Amino acid sequence: MGTTASAPTGQQAPAVRIENVYKVFGRRPQKAVRRLEEGASRDEVKDLGTAAVIDVSFDVAPGEIFVVMGLSGSGKSTLIRMINGLWAPTAGHVRLGDDDLAAVGGARLRELRRTRVSMVFQHFALLPHRTVLENAAYPLEIQGVGKQERAERAARALDLVGLDGWHDSLPSQLSGGMRQRVGLARALAADTDVLLMDEAFSALDPLIRREMQEQLIELQRSLGKTIVFITHDLNEAMHLGDRIAVMRDGRVVQIGTPEQILSEPADDYVAQFVTDVDRTRVLTAASVMTPTGEPDPAAPGTSAVPTPDGVPVVAEDTPLADLFAPAAESEVPLTVQDDAGHVVGHIDREALLEAMVPEQGTTPDPAVVSNAAPATTEGAVR
Amino acid sequence: MIAAALSAATVGVAVNDETGTIVPRIDLGAWVDTFVDWLTTSFTGFFDAIKDALQGAYDAVDWVFSTPPFWVVALVLALVATWAKSWRLGLTVLIGLVVIAGVDQWDHAMDTLSLVLVSAVIALVVAIPLGIWAARNDHVSRVLRPVLDFLQTMPAFVYLIPTVVIFLTGAVPGIVATVLFALAPGVRFTELGIRQVDSEVVEAGRAFGATDRRILRQIQVPLALPTIMAGVNQVIMLSLSMVVVAGMVGAGGLGGDVVSALQQIDVGLGFEAGLSVVILAILLDRVTSGLADRAPVSVALAKVRS
Repeated sequence: MGTTASAPTGQQAPAVRIENVYKVFGRRPQKAVRRLEEGASRDEVKDLGTAAVIDVSFDVAPGEIFVVMGLSGSGKSTLIRMINGLWAPTAGHVRLGDDDLAAVGGARLRELRRTRVSMVFQHFALLPHRTVLENAAYPLEIQGVGKQERAERAARALDLVGLDGWHDSLPSQLSGGMRQRVGLARALAADTDVLLMDEAFSALDPLIRREMQEQLIELQRSLGKTIVFITHDLNEAMHLGDRIAVMRDGRVVQIGTPEQILSEPADDYVAQFVTDVDRTRVLTAASVMTPTGEPDPAAPGTSAVPTPDGVPVVAEDTPLADLFAPAAESEVPLTVQDDAGHVVGHIDREALLEAMVPEQGTTPDPAVVSNAAPATTEGAVR
Repeated sequence: MIAAALSAATVGVAVNDETGTIVPRIDLGAWVDTFVDWLTTSFTGFFDAIKDALQGAYDAVDWVFSTPPFWVVALVLALVATWAKSWRLGLTVLIGLVVIAGVDQWDHAMDTLSLVLVSAVIALVVAIPLGIWAARNDHVSRVLRPVLDFLQTMPAFVYLIPTVVIFLTGAVPGIVATVLFALAPGVRFTELGIRQVDSEVVEAGRAFGATDRRILRQIQVPLALPTIMAGVNQVIMLSLSMVVVAGMVGAGGLGGDVVSALQQIDVGLGFEAGLSVVILAILLDRVTSGLADRAPVSVALAKVRS
């Protein structure tokens, strides 16, 4: 396993904790797990069952967007379904707050699904014969909330996703993006702190997808939900994720922040993915600048002095994409400031260009890349 | 020695007198006879109770259709058709019923309609839960499949024989044979419909903490309803065809006319009774498919198309 970055918000108890989780479908799952624990590969245990998830561990901090990225057959869909107990792990523990999902009974499991964790589905999974409002209210109906309150809370959730005025429409009358907004509103109406999103935007066309991603980030900022997001699209993962777990053939090959994954891919497989990423949207000014060094305490204000006229100033967290225009127009290097207005570094045009090139040594050798092409076992996991 | 062995072998493969082949006679028929005899004598009380219940149900339904004057029943049926589909169907039904009355088959047609309704309702009450069970349990599905194949492929007349032995003649053996004959599509369509429900929607129900019972009631059955209604339609149409055949065991109605027309080579009567059956078939088919279109899911999808 590659670098395991600790959750950014550190000390808090994790909202979701996955500990050495295995999931094997097939005739002799327990035996397959023992063989896998002894170091057998996924192919070696094929006769015993299909190993969808192998020895996965990670924590998700409250309020974090945690993305699980992998191609189909990598086990990510199975993994997310273990977080709300739709599948039980063959071995290991899935903890949701204080509850170990492997140990709780059916009634408690349903209780947890009602109160702790909700889900958004790839193909929306709406009830076609119910209106938008009724669909959004469905989790509340299951929770036993009264009709009046149900409608109010569902309406509020629909407002959040920008669907006010569509309450009485049927799902089939909406576009794909709007249907997924209903799916999102339904999950928000349930008012759980953990939100599972299973390829939630993959069925949408690119423009709508971008829009939904922005909306999700905004909602997350205002509502502070813990989000586990599954995707096969690394750009989407980089855009949304506070941290990303890259999965391949049932195993997690790397966990890290988008920048870590981009700059230090754990192996050729990850590196191969990274080449397709739009680096300008992941890397920020802070990661490519030449630091000014330690601010000199003896000279207070050195860094806080207003920069001379004509020198463009950018914020630390500006994506590279937004640096090109100012850099092109300016003769002098860009000045980078932190949130407090202190100058923390400079970026010249050369550094900007260099940042666009994947680091030497991690550039995937074409031969290696073709070998590393994922051996997906399509169908077995999904 | 060799000769002795050879002659023994010859004896061993001696042609069986009865079957005319080397296969010994398997006396399946005699076993079934014995079984049915045993059934009849051992469960007399049970079968009498069933007979009374079915006869009672049939008499009650028949009373409803036969007691009011012809035009009242015809108008009510036309209104039902109008409600189920359109005034055009209502008008068609009305004309059809007038034709039935015109060829003097009204009373028999009402008897037949009652037989169909009683049989179909019983068949559905058995078939739909069985179909739901089969959809949720692969073992049940695997056991049911050959049984349904058997029920569906057995020639319709064969059902009449044991039912006559057990229930003698009249409406009851007709109803029992009809229920057995019409059961299969009800089970199959229900199972198919529920299995075809989008698994992600069912998963959504589970993910939000719904119980299996709620998922069945609020997701699986409503979404499967158009398919289940197609099954209901099939059950009713098969019931009609079997009820006519049941005329052979004195079940009465139009079937009785068809049978006596056959015995007397009475082409005219045969045609009149046959035409009445066709009119009833159209009525039942159009009304039930009209009801299928009124299922909430069908309505929701139709709204988009328009």
